[in-house]
Amino acid sequence: MNVQDIQRILRADLLCGEEHLGREVQTACGSDMMSDVLAYVKEQSVLLTGLVNPQVIRTAEMMDMVCIVFVRGKRPNEDMIELAKERSIVVMSTKFRMFTACGLLYEGGLKGGCKV
Amino acid sequence: MHYVVPPDDFTRAGEASSAVKKTLKQIGMNPDVIRRVAIAMYEGEINMVIHAHGGEITVDVAPDRVDMVLADEGPGIADIERAMQAGYSTAPEEVRNLGFGAGMGLPNMKKYTDEMTVESTLGVGTTVRMSVFNHAG
Ligand SMILES: Nc1ncnc2c1ncn2[C@@H]1O[C@H](COP(=O)(O)OP(=O)(O)OP(=O)(O)O)[C@@H](O)[C@H]1O
Ligand SMILES: [Mg+2]
Repeated sequence: MNVQDIQRILRADLLCGEEHLGREVQTACGSDMMSDVLAYVKEQSVLLTGLVNPQVIRTAEMMDMVCIVFVRGKRPNEDMIELAKERSIVVMSTKFRMFTACGLLYEGGLKGGCKV
Repeated sequence: MHYVVPPDDFTRAGEASSAVKKTLKQIGMNPDVIRRVAIAMYEGEINMVIHAHGGEITVDVAPDRVDMVLADEGPGIADIERAMQAGYSTAPEEVRNLGFGAGMGLPNMKKYTDEMTVESTLGVGTTVRMSVFNHAG
């Protein structure tokens, strides 16, 4: 699927990165702990999180992620959106909670991409 | 390259790592090296902000390797061996609420780099040296 599919499936508001909606994504991860994202995530291109602070954008940047989805209707501030824009990261916000948002994307064909 | 990491400014933490990542991209460094440097340095930079009072980072780039030195004058680490273990963290609740403090940073830095040493003296500070080799040549 691509980033636009994620927006559609999660009925999400796009906050920045319109020009990157066509980018392909295969795997995602959901976490409120950036420590865990940095330590366990491998090649995932989408980050779902309920945490809102600039280090979410930084973490996605270091991990070369394509898209960040804020769950539970959370919204980053303008500074965070600026940071994401500079790094060509798509940011969106969905009203769904974490479990449901992850489930919907999984059903839609996105995988976890983690080894157990 | 030399960076000053400002004290107690969680919002700006990561700026140095971001700048290094950008520079490495511009010079066309191997993407695997860039990723490993970015993650290891970012973990170290965050540590300097949440556990010390900022510090200084020096990065040397050569075609075959990237060397990083992260030095702070924070409280120091009492038991380095223990701090290197996955899951060991002294981070307070407020740091956990910011999404950090799982005790995964130092082990992750070790994992992503080819060489890493930690020197620390209580009450004086901590110096972390890390090197990432460009195996692709
Ligand atoms: N620069 C530093 N100065 C003082 N203490 C440090 C420093 N870096 C790490 N430590 C100590 O070592 C512990 C382990 O560090 P590590 O980076 O592995 O985990 P963390 O920072 O607590 O959590 P995480 O990195 O998963 O967000 C820290 O909790 C802290 O006690
Ligand atoms: Mg850490």
